[in-house]
Parts: sequence; C-alpha cells; structure tokens
Amino acid sequence: MRLIESLPRVRSLRLPRADGLIQWIVPLAIILVWQLACVTGFVPARVLPAPSDVALAGWKLLLSGELARNIWVSFWRASVGFVIGGGIGFAFGLVNGLSQLSNKLTDTTLQMVRNIPHLALIPLVILWFGIDESAKLFLVALGVFFPIYLNTLHGIRTVDPQLIEMGRIYGMTDGELFRRVIFPGALPSIFVGVRFALGIMWLTLIVAETIAASSGLGYMAMQAREFMLIDVVVLSILIYALLGKLADSASRVLERLTLSWHPAFQKQ
Amino acid sequence: MQEALRFLQTDAQPVDRGAFIEQAQLLRRSSEAAARGLPLTIRGLRKSFGDNEVLRGIDLHIPAGQFVAIVGRSGCGKSTLLRLIAGLETIDAGTVSFGEHARPEDVRVMFQEPRLLPWARVLSNVEVGLGRDRASPDAQVRAEKALGEVGLDDKRDQWPAVLSGGQKQRVALARALVSHPRVLAFDEPLGALDALTRISMQRLLERVWRDQAFTAILVTHDVSEAVALADRVLVIEDGRIAHDVSVDIPRPRRRGSADLAALEGSILRNLLQSADDTSDL
Repeated sequence: MRLIESLPRVRSLRLPRADGLIQWIVPLAIILVWQLACVTGFVPARVLPAPSDVALAGWKLLLSGELARNIWVSFWRASVGFVIGGGIGFAFGLVNGLSQLSNKLTDTTLQMVRNIPHLALIPLVILWFGIDESAKLFLVALGVFFPIYLNTLHGIRTVDPQLIEMGRIYGMTDGELFRRVIFPGALPSIFVGVRFALGIMWLTLIVAETIAASSGLGYMAMQAREFMLIDVVVLSILIYALLGKLADSASRVLERLTLSWHPAFQKQ
Repeated sequence: MQEALRFLQTDAQPVDRGAFIEQAQLLRRSSEAAARGLPLTIRGLRKSFGDNEVLRGIDLHIPAGQFVAIVGRSGCGKSTLLRLIAGLETIDAGTVSFGEHARPEDVRVMFQEPRLLPWARVLSNVEVGLGRDRASPDAQVRAEKALGEVGLDDKRDQWPAVLSGGQKQRVALARALVSHPRVLAFDEPLGALDALTRISMQRLLERVWRDQAFTAILVTHDVSEAVALADRVLVIEDGRIAHDVSVDIPRPRRRGSADLAALEGSILRNLLQSADDTSDL
C-alpha cells in the first residue's frame, strides 16, 4: 500500500507543474539566506550587495526608464534572432528529414559549421556588422539554428515507420501524411530542440551584449561595472535568470497544449 | 441525403409510399452487395529478398467471402504472402488478382501492432480508415458506426495511450472495417494479446466477418486459432503451400471441442514432422 501511494508522487516530481508553488521555495530560501548574510556583514557589500539593495537599484532604474528600455531591447534581439535562426533550422530539419538528396547535399556542411563554437565568430561578426543590431541577431540566430535543426531532423527520422506504412496503406497523400503522421510524430523532439535553443539564445545574447553593444541588459551590466555599480551588475544577472525562466515556461505551456496526447502530459 | 428527402417531399408529392420504400430497399441491397467479398486468385507467385527466396511459386484460389487461415513456422513466408496480397511489397513473378477491379479501400490490412496515431483521438483514428472519403461530410458518422461495431462507442474521445492492448486492437479493427473492405488481411492481429482477450477478439473477428461477408485472410502461428475461425487452413512450408485443409465444422464452433482438437492435432503433427525432417533448424 505504501509503495502504491508513493507512485503518483514520484511521477509528479518528475513533471513539475505550473500550478505548484513548490518550485519557488528554493529560490526564495536562497534570497533569504543571501539577505541575512549581507545584513550581518558576513558578506561585504563590495563583493555582493544585499538583495534589498539590488531591488532598490532596480527600482531606481525602473523609474528612470532605463531598465524597461534595456529589457525591451534585449527581449527584441532574443526573439527576432530566435525566430530567424529557429525558422531556418526548422526548415532545414524538415527538408533534410524528408529528402535524402537534400540531406546528402547539406548535412555534412551543416555538421562542420556546427562544430565551430558560434561565439568564436564574435571578432569576425564585429568586423562584418560592427556593433550594430544585425551582429547580435546574427549570433543569436546562428546559436539557435543548430539545436532546432538537429532535433527537427532527428524527430522526423525517428517517426515510427510502421505508422508511415499505415498512412500509406490508408491512402494518405504526401501532404496528409506529413500533417497527420510525420509532423505530430516529430513534435516532441522539436520541443526538445526549442528548449535547448532558448538556453543558447540567452547565453549568446549576454555574451554579444557585453562585448559589442550600446544598449541592452548586457550593455547595462558592463556600464555598471565601469562605474563599480555592483548592485546593477547583480540586477542584470538576476533579470537574465528570470527571462530565461519565462522563456522556458512559455515553451512548456506550448508543449503541454500541443502534446496533450502524450502519456507524460496526461492528467493523473 | 437531406437535400434529396426535402426534394421528394416538396416537388414529388404524387410518389406513392410503396414505390419509395421499394426503391430504398433496392438501394440498400445494392450497397450490401458492394460489401460482399472479392475472390482472390494467385498464380505462380514468387518473392525473394536478396538471395533468400521466400515464396517459391504459390498457386491459390480463394472464393469470395471465404475465411482462410495461413499457418506455418516463423520464416516460412506466410507474412510475406499476406503483404503481397495487400500490395505492400512488389511482386517478383506471378500474379495476384481480385476477380474484378479492386479499389484501394476494398483491401485492408490489420497488423500485429495496432498502429494507431497516438496524437489522434480514437474516433479520428477510425476516420483514417476511410481513405479518400476522409473529407466527406458523413465521415464522422461512419467512423462512429464502425466504432460501435467493435463495442467501443464510449471511447471515441479518448487518446489511444489510455486504452488496453485489446481495446487498441479493436480500434484498429474498426479502422480497417470503416471503409467496408471486401478483402481483409490479418497479420497475426491477436499475437500480442493475452489468452482471454484473444478469445473474445476471435469471437469479434468471426462476428464481423459473418456480418460484413468480406473475404478474410488470417496469418497466424496459432493452429487452434486457425481451426477455430477459418473455413480453410493453408500450411506453408519453405515458400510453398504444403497442405490445404478445409475445416468443415459447423459454426458456431465450440472452443475445445473434440473435432477442432483432432484437426488441430493433425495439422500440428504435419508442422512438427517437417520440422524434424529439416536438419538446418
């Protein structure tokens, strides 16, 4: 009986749910301990400002409008870069997954490019685009391209061939076969790619903005470092964490909506 | 359909009721005739995969509406024969013909795996079986009817993942039946089910075969299943038909009856004997 009772709990641990507040306990506890350590003087303010100081800095920046502007700029770069790179990656994944010829033609090249760390291109990108918007968009797009490309390709390749045979037997046209069998079958894998890509998207943007930018969260952090405003530096880092979490949650919601058929997403 | 009825009511008042009913009956009879089975003739059928000659000349005639079981040891070519009949493999030599021109919807296959689309509800999975008629307005009604025939009306809005193995296989049967096929090929459809579910599925298969009168070809490794269901049992050995046994036991057949057991025993003896003869086992 005890074992049986424990089973659903094990399941819910594996699948974090949005409605649970449990997931916020640990971050809150960390902030609490952090505040305590700063107030007692255990951690000097020069090393790490207290969360209350960080919040205060955030409030000031919010009032001046600087914070909202920088968040908006970063968010815009992230989403546009993601749409461009993800879109191209998705298209290549589809075409290479469905066509042997296209796969033979382009896959080797793409795999070679994949093995270059895209951040290594920063010097080249600055030479090409300067510190213009297009430089950041290019880097983000390049970064998100590969996880989405690889996972779309993998998803399409691993669709159950028995289902494809079934679709053909029941007279599905190529379009129907794609819409009813291949695409839904590849979708779980595509979502894995999207979530990987979201992580890479923020990483790329942070690096690009700290090195070559005149606005955005990364730029704000670098400026603050110049003036020894450590509370603003910590604030930008925290905002990155929040934005990352937001993007991940959005993809989870989308996942739950489109994969409701999947046993892992069904209500207990 | 509604259009036609309205037309009759408004413009064709003088049509007398008797003639109308007679016409409707005629219509119904012709649709029943369309649901009857197709005969199947196979001549000199050969198939190889690389150097391995799987079928070495099969000659076979199956009359319309007959229930034929094909048994044999694994690797004897029985599944290949079924896949050739269903048009899933290309023929190396010989012919497979169905008396008249068969539309793709006339020949359906049911596999050992249910092969349901996990991302489609049960009802949409059945609708897949309609083939080119999927987009027709009565698609849903027809799918519901087929689902009713296998006794799963109440599962129409479920995901396949929540069904049991037997229920999934019944959905697959409904999908195969929904287009009213005239030949239905079964490739060990009950192979993965437990013993009790198997027996109830066998009864279901027999019932739908009797109701819809299609030609049934059942590949199985279970000789007792073959004699319980079929009019005729074909034993395949080394890519040829080794025995052609007709099962003249009246239906409904009682499972475990002496007649069935005796027949099963003699077929099994044939199979085992040939297994002893071949030294390469």
